[in-house]
This record gives sequence, C-alpha cells and structure tokens, in this order.
Amino acid sequence: MGKRIGMEVSIAAAEAVKQANVDVISAYPITPQTHIVEHLSELVANGELDAEFFCVESEHSALSVCLGAAATGARTFTCTSSQGLVLMSEITYIASGLRLPMLMIISNRTISAPLSIWNDHSDVMSIRDCGWIQFFVENGQEVYDHVFVSYRLAEDRNVLFPVIINMDGFILSHVIEPIELIEQEKINQFLPPYQPLYQLHPDHPVTMGAFALPSIFAEAKKAQEEALLSSIPKITETWKAFGDMTGRYYNPVEIYKAEDADTLLVTMGCFGETASVAVDKMREGGKSVGLVKIRLWRPFPFDDLKKATIDAKQLVVIDRAISVGACGPVAAEVKAALYGKDQRPSVYNFVAGISGRDVTSSDFIKMVDKAEREMEEGNKEGYEIYGVRG
Amino acid sequence: MTENLNVFAVRTLTQKEYFAPGHRSCQGCAEALAVRLVAKALGRNVIIANATGCMEIVSSPFPYTSWKVPWFHVAFENTAAVASGIESALKVLMRKGRIPYKKIVTLAMGGDGGTADIGLQALSGALERGHNFIYICTDNEAYMNTGIQRSSSTPFGASTTTSPVGKVQMGQMTWKKNMPAIAAAHNIPYVATACPSYPIDLVQKVKKAANIEGPAYVHILSVCPTGWRSAPELSIKLGRLAVETGVFPLYEVERGQYRLSIDFPKLKPIKEYTKLQGRFRHLTDEMIEEIEKRIHKEYEQLRVKAGKGV
Amino acid sequence: MTKPESEWTWKELTVGNVILEPGNASQYRTGDWKTLKPILNKELCIHCGLCYIFCPDMAYNLNEEGYFIGDLFYCKGCGICAKECPTGAITMVLEEEEK
Repeated sequence: MGKRIGMEVSIAAAEAVKQANVDVISAYPITPQTHIVEHLSELVANGELDAEFFCVESEHSALSVCLGAAATGARTFTCTSSQGLVLMSEITYIASGLRLPMLMIISNRTISAPLSIWNDHSDVMSIRDCGWIQFFVENGQEVYDHVFVSYRLAEDRNVLFPVIINMDGFILSHVIEPIELIEQEKINQFLPPYQPLYQLHPDHPVTMGAFALPSIFAEAKKAQEEALLSSIPKITETWKAFGDMTGRYYNPVEIYKAEDADTLLVTMGCFGETASVAVDKMREGGKSVGLVKIRLWRPFPFDDLKKATIDAKQLVVIDRAISVGACGPVAAEVKAALYGKDQRPSVYNFVAGISGRDVTSSDFIKMVDKAEREMEEGNKEGYEIYGVRG
Repeated sequence: MTENLNVFAVRTLTQKEYFAPGHRSCQGCAEALAVRLVAKALGRNVIIANATGCMEIVSSPFPYTSWKVPWFHVAFENTAAVASGIESALKVLMRKGRIPYKKIVTLAMGGDGGTADIGLQALSGALERGHNFIYICTDNEAYMNTGIQRSSSTPFGASTTTSPVGKVQMGQMTWKKNMPAIAAAHNIPYVATACPSYPIDLVQKVKKAANIEGPAYVHILSVCPTGWRSAPELSIKLGRLAVETGVFPLYEVERGQYRLSIDFPKLKPIKEYTKLQGRFRHLTDEMIEEIEKRIHKEYEQLRVKAGKGV
Repeated sequence: MTKPESEWTWKELTVGNVILEPGNASQYRTGDWKTLKPILNKELCIHCGLCYIFCPDMAYNLNEEGYFIGDLFYCKGCGICAKECPTGAITMVLEEEEK
C-alpha cells in the first residue's frame, strides 16, 4: 500500500507527472490549470524532476513543442483549459493523425463569450473529434492514477495515440483530497521508459507529416480510425493491469445502483459523486433510480453504454456543456448509442452547471422529478438548460 | 561576380545531396535551390522542422519524400515551436542516456508567410527562450503556395493576387517587413541574410549558424519565377540583382555586430531589377524613384551599422 | 520501388503515415515537364560546376570525364544552367516529342 496524503488535486496531478518521469513539459498558464504548471516548475527548479520545462508564449506553441519532442522520442506533457485549448485545437488533430503519444490534462473550463473562468466541459467538446483518447475523471485519485494509465496506453505500440485527462476546473482541480500515492518502484515497472516506433534521428531518417492527395487521404483516415477504435480493448487491459497493481479498477462506463433502476442518471466528470448522493436519497424515498457515469469519452464506448442503459425506462442525461443550436453533446452520443434498438429508454437531457454554477444533490433530484413528470406527460425526448431564470 | 563566388570555390562544396531530386517545385525555383544548399551545408546530422508552404508540399507528397535527413512537418505557424521541442528532446534524451551523445543540428524552416506573418509569435518565443537551433526563412515575398497572395514580406509596389493593380491602387502599398532586424532585436548570437545566387556565401553562413551555440536566424531571398512573373532562367540573375541594387543586402549580425558580406559603394539602378519582373510591370518612374530613395536610405543605414557609413 | 499512392490500402500504411525510405522522391520523374533541354558543348566547358551548383532540381552530376551532365530524368528545363554558364557552353534546345 502506498502512502495516503491529503493534497490539492492539481498538485497530485503534477506529482504523478513527476513520477511518470516525463522528459519534456511545455505549457502556457491559464486559470484554472496554473497550479499544475506551477508545481511542475518547482519540481524542475528543485532538481526533483529531470525534464526540460518550457513555459512558452502560447498554448498553440505549448502543444507544438510537445509534438516536436514526442516525434524525437521524448515522453511529453502539457496541460491547459478553455481558451487555451481552443487556441491549440489545430494541433490536437495533427498529434492524433501523426499518432504521437503524449498526455494533456485539461482543467475543464467554459469558453468565452461571455468571459468566465469557471468550470464546464465546453472546452473539450470543441475538440471532441480530434482523435485523442479522452478520459473524464471523477476525483483526485482518478486524476493521479490516470497519468500512469494514460502514458502506458499512449505509448503502447498497438495504440500510439495522444491522451487527454479531463478534470473539472476548480471543482476538482483546486480541492484538497486524500490521494494514495504509488511507490516509485511500482510505477517504474508499470511504466518503463518510452520506446518510440519511429523517431526523428539522423541514424534512421524518416519523413513525418507528409501531405496526402485525395487518392490516399481516405485510407490514412481509415487507418487512424480503425486504430482508435481498436484501442478500446487495450484501454481495458491497461486498466486491468493497473487494478492488479493498486487494487483500483476502472471501466469505460461505471454503474451505481443501476441494474434494476427504471430511471438512470447519466453523468460525466465529477458530477458523478454528487449524483450518487442524490441516487442514495431517492432510493431511500423508494424511487427506482440509478446512475451511469461515462469515464471513457473517446473512443466512445457504445457497447458498454448500451449494456448499462438499455433496460431502463428513462435516462436523464446531464450535460455540463452546451452545444448551441443542438442538445448536450453527451445526450447526442447516448441517443446515438441506443438508436438501433427497438426497445429503448427515452432520453431527457439537461444542460446543468455551466460556468461552474453549483449543482447539488437536490438539484439532481429535481431534474429526475422533472424528467419523470415530462415523460408522464408524453414529452419523452426533452431538452432544457436547468435552473435558468426567466 | 564577387570573391564569394568563383569557379574554384564551387568545386570545394560537397557533392553529396540531402535534398533529393524528384521534388515538385516549379521550373527555376530558387527556393528549392536555397533548400538544397542549406541541406548541403548541414550534412546528415540534422533534424528539420518544416512549416507548411511550398517547400513542404513539393518535398513530401505521400508516399514520396525528397528528404534524406529526418524531417517533420506539423503546421504553418508553429515551426519554431516544433523545433524547440525537437531540440529539447535531443538535449534531455542525451542527458538521460536514452540516445547516444552526438552533435545534431535542429533546423526550422519556413517561408515568408510562415515566418514574418503567421509564425512570428512562435519564432519570437523560440528565439527568446534561447533554443540551440537555426531558423531559416526562405523568402519569396508572397504566399506562393496558395496562389501569390501578399504577405508582410511583399515589397512595396509588387502586384499580387491580393494586392492587385487597380484604378486606385498600384499593387502592394506597404513596405517589406524587416525580419532580420526583428530577429536581431532578440539579441540572438547570429543573424544573416543570404541568397542562392551566392551559394558559397549561403553555405558558409548556414555552417556558421550551425556551429554557434544558441538561436541563429538566416533570411534567404528566394526568387520565385511563378509569383514574380519572371523567366525561370533568370532566377539566379534576379537574386544577384536584388543584392547589387541594394534591395536585398547580404550581411551578418554576429553578437550584435553588423558586417556587410558584400559592399557596393555604388548600387545598380533599381530598374534593372524591377524591369525583369511582371509583378513590377505597372510601376511608374515616380514610384520607382520612391522605392529607390527608400532602398538607398536603408542601405546607408545598414552601412553605418556595419561601420562603413559616411 | 515505392508504389504510387493510389495503390495503397489503408492496412499497408505505416503508423502516422511515416515515410521510411529517405529520398525516394528520386524515383519520380520530373523530366517530362520540360519543353527545352540543355545541350553541353564540351569544347567550351571549363568544368567550373556553376550549372551543377545552380540547378534547383539536382539534375547535374559529375561524370567520369569530369563534365557535369544534366540528367534529363529530373531536368525541368528551366534554363538556369544555360543562362549562368560563363562560357556559353550550354544551350537550351526544343525537346523533340519522344515515343
């Protein structure tokens, strides 16, 4: 058993990056990601982490530095939020297309306008289709654990994709939680030094980033997509190996009191913990309610999601992002997962907690009540922004 | 012809090529020639980060590559940042013993658009951080790859597809951005200008840049027959005329010290340069005079900096 | 020989579409772009190598006799070599239709 220490989640993330023996770190400060880079700077300044650290002149450059370093064979790290992610979005697509392993932690924050520094998932939804493996975590321990899971997975010769860990800004990034640290020897065993498949070096010259004519572009994209889809079993394997080492097992979709439930809340990120309290309260009140939490956002675990939800009567999907002009992005995916089934639950979608507005357990109860009422009245596929005045 | 370009000297250059034939540049592309000479100067122990642009497109249509050295293209505006990553990775991987220690040059390469416009921020960041790398701007004075649109490096008066000649406007109405001066303002150890019409000078400067610890910036004027609307066979001559008229002086800034590579006490009339190019065909004598006045003033300022002024 | 891109299946592509064969563009003929080709008059040639050093297409190679000869497989016919030759030893002539 490792030591259990109370620490800020951003600090735990930075400690994990140190323990992962990262070679090159490049980032640009943005609230609420700053505590991660500040702590990494301290670790490098104190000689506790032997890495090249660059606080560069923009997020676009931050990720570009990571691509250059990863292509040269280094284990690289960056982290950002909100506007920063949107600025670097161009390069996220390229990192995946070039199949360069690296890790980015996003302290999720909303996108302007109006300008706001507070949490929601709008930032990562803007690069939903960029081809990275994307996790959503629920608590500090999951952030810490997923740093090691992500590097091992990203660098697996059968995977070779960049990975994003999404953690809710402030609500998760700035809270102090008990974190069970893993002994360094165990990590070294779980995560040996990165051995690139191809690497920029004069001894074996390769050309990376060639351009494709229409006559080969579709084949290139097909290869990329097949590789990303087939990373799902690798992801589960990696979680299994990690669980065997630590006793903490993870799944693409987690369920809580869901097996026999008529109504299922579906959440992503740290909504999960609050929602589980709400489920307990509703269960005490005799309601048949359960919870489904999505941990793996890309590649989307359609099969697991289907399995977890197909027997319910109704899903109440809570999105923490708004897709202006459509419904919440998670709800859209959930509906797509269920579409092929004749017997399927109805899906009621709330957008809640955008820009960090508090969503308490009683709010989850209110949302379930509202959705059930609407369903009884025949409105089976409703969508609304929860708690909006007017 | 100058002392930097004599028959004997050409034969002293290595015959090895690191930029392979079969690339798809236009006829008479002096930018491809510049790249060829840069590659020749640096030899095999180099890693290149290339910005999106003509040289990226002509040299890497999958599954073909003209590159015999490791080469990496990511995007348009971030080449200096990509090179920063390459340089940092080499440093840390050698320090940690994951790759054997040896001198490997990191080269970043972009056109004038990728350097003076969209890539300026990333370049400034990389120069300020002091990475040990060379940045080469191959300047053909417009966005040639997308069809000859003006950049901030397009000279005054030049007609491009987005600075056309019309009833009220006579081509580009702004003056060429002075990129070498911007690079030099970062107080980096080495800045130079070069032109493939002076191949020995170009090769020597690139070699010098490679041997200097810290960032080096080399700005290479690259004649583009397609975009300049000039005859392909004139590409070398036009580069020479750019230098001889003072339009593109060859100089170095070594640790703040300016030095003219070739000095012309009397510059050739600028008309000799402009009359060979379709992009300047519309220029009136008044405009040419205005351009010449400014070019001469700037040349004198440069001479003063190089300790040759009056 | 590298297959042209239109013959590759997605399964054959390398991870990230990395090109593993350095300089394989040299298999690609750019010589058929030209209308004019360079002809060297050896009597006038002084072996200075300017044609070689100014060629943007790396078409010129030194032969055993010490002459730089343009490789018509690559030569795009720009005419720089003829223009820059200090003795006028190279002339550009219309390339006859082959086949």
